[in-house]
Amino acid sequence: MSSVDQLLQTPLHAWHVQHNGRMVDFADWSMPVQYSSIIDEHHQTRKAIGMFDVSHMGRLFFAGTDIDKFLDTLTTRRVAGVDCGRIRYSLMTNENGGILDDVLVYHLPKMDGTRYHMMVVNASNRAKIVNWINSRIPSGSDIKLHDRTTESAMIAVQGPKANAAVKDICEVDPDSLTYYTGITTRVCGEEAVVSRTGYTGEDGCELIVDGEVAEKIWSEVFARAEKVGGGATGLAARDTLRLEAAMPLYGHELNEDINPAQCDLKFAIQMKDREFVGRAAILAARQDKTLPIRIGLELEGRRAAREDCEIFSGDEKVGVVTSGTYAPTLEKSISMGYVKREFATPGTQLIIDIRGKSHSGRVVELPFYRR
Amino acid sequence: MSPEELLFAETHEWAHVADQGGDKIATIGLSAHAIEALTDLVYMELPEVGTAVSAAHSFGEVESVKATSDLYSPVDGEIIEVNTSLPDNLEVLGTDPYGEGWILKVKLASETALENLHDHAAYEKMCEEG
Repeated sequence: MSSVDQLLQTPLHAWHVQHNGRMVDFADWSMPVQYSSIIDEHHQTRKAIGMFDVSHMGRLFFAGTDIDKFLDTLTTRRVAGVDCGRIRYSLMTNENGGILDDVLVYHLPKMDGTRYHMMVVNASNRAKIVNWINSRIPSGSDIKLHDRTTESAMIAVQGPKANAAVKDICEVDPDSLTYYTGITTRVCGEEAVVSRTGYTGEDGCELIVDGEVAEKIWSEVFARAEKVGGGATGLAARDTLRLEAAMPLYGHELNEDINPAQCDLKFAIQMKDREFVGRAAILAARQDKTLPIRIGLELEGRRAAREDCEIFSGDEKVGVVTSGTYAPTLEKSISMGYVKREFATPGTQLIIDIRGKSHSGRVVELPFYRR
Repeated sequence: MSPEELLFAETHEWAHVADQGGDKIATIGLSAHAIEALTDLVYMELPEVGTAVSAAHSFGEVESVKATSDLYSPVDGEIIEVNTSLPDNLEVLGTDPYGEGWILKVKLASETALENLHDHAAYEKMCEEG
């Protein structure tokens, strides 16, 4: 797209512009990359509350018979039979085991108690995943996918003071939900999905609401966040936060050329007594010890390695960086990447080529940061 | 120095040229506009005294949390002084970009490149127009 004017806008777009959000093109959405300082926004999330407009992420709602059994054929993690109220992080793979996306699958009760499934997918993959799922619905099935991304909004409220701020305006105390569960309730009197989920390594919750009421709800949470040292946080700090927590990002740590067996995401792969697209390829990849695997690196100095920086042991190229940043909480330069298995043991010293200069780094256990 | 006394490159570096014992010496820095746009500077790599620089060519790098950017020389010449305390005190770039935040001093080999620089008013206009 040639102009920011042609980009999709979330229901909170006007708010971001009014509050000095620097709007950038992110997966064809106009999104705030930062409002002031990335480091300040990072710290406010770790210490108080960071509020994120994540409305660009795809929200796909499902209806039909045995929807959980159908989705279970497309996810690396079990979805069939999962208790109502639970949310599962999973990967979706193609026949070759290539990762199509990483997603959250929700099984939730509506206000009237009926149950439904929904999925949150990456903005950059939304069209691909909608097509993929639709192409896989068996003929004669009554399963329907309803993409509600553009008519709804999603607000992540993250940090040690996040749940208390939301509790004040929510009919359910987010602290009463266990980690990775959700409920349909009311926030500011409006129907909302509230879930104890996030992408920052902090406690907190996420709210899915109708687009028309998004700014009202955002503003109410924002007023409470400001009082305790929190505030709006852009995509740049979202990236430094998720990197410290070693959460993979699609397009960096995950893509169609990477097999889930390489990703160090064992919890998201359940093979036993299941059949799903890509299963055989994952099984094969688990036996292939030549495939590079995901690692974390701590670099000496403050200089950050970026995507595509090459990793060496002596003169031998052994891998590549997929994400890297200066980590504000750790006050270190950290990276994630893929290296040959024999160089993936924590403590291994490696060399990272950053813009033609060699920098020393050390393989470390993930995550870099744990709250 | 006040920004009105300086010349600016389109790549956001500034230069201040003064006579010093018969030589033309340019002090070089980075504009307040650039520093504000970059935000969150964490690292700076600078050349050594004696290095030759040429106009519109990279002499160093500045890195923010988000990205790495080249620093381009606005002039042709040889580096005679480097603000070596700067990489450990990057906040000075924000508080005093046209004073304590100077980066290099360069003895000019020629003044030709100065013709491609803009005065402060023209530079401001360029930044506003994006």
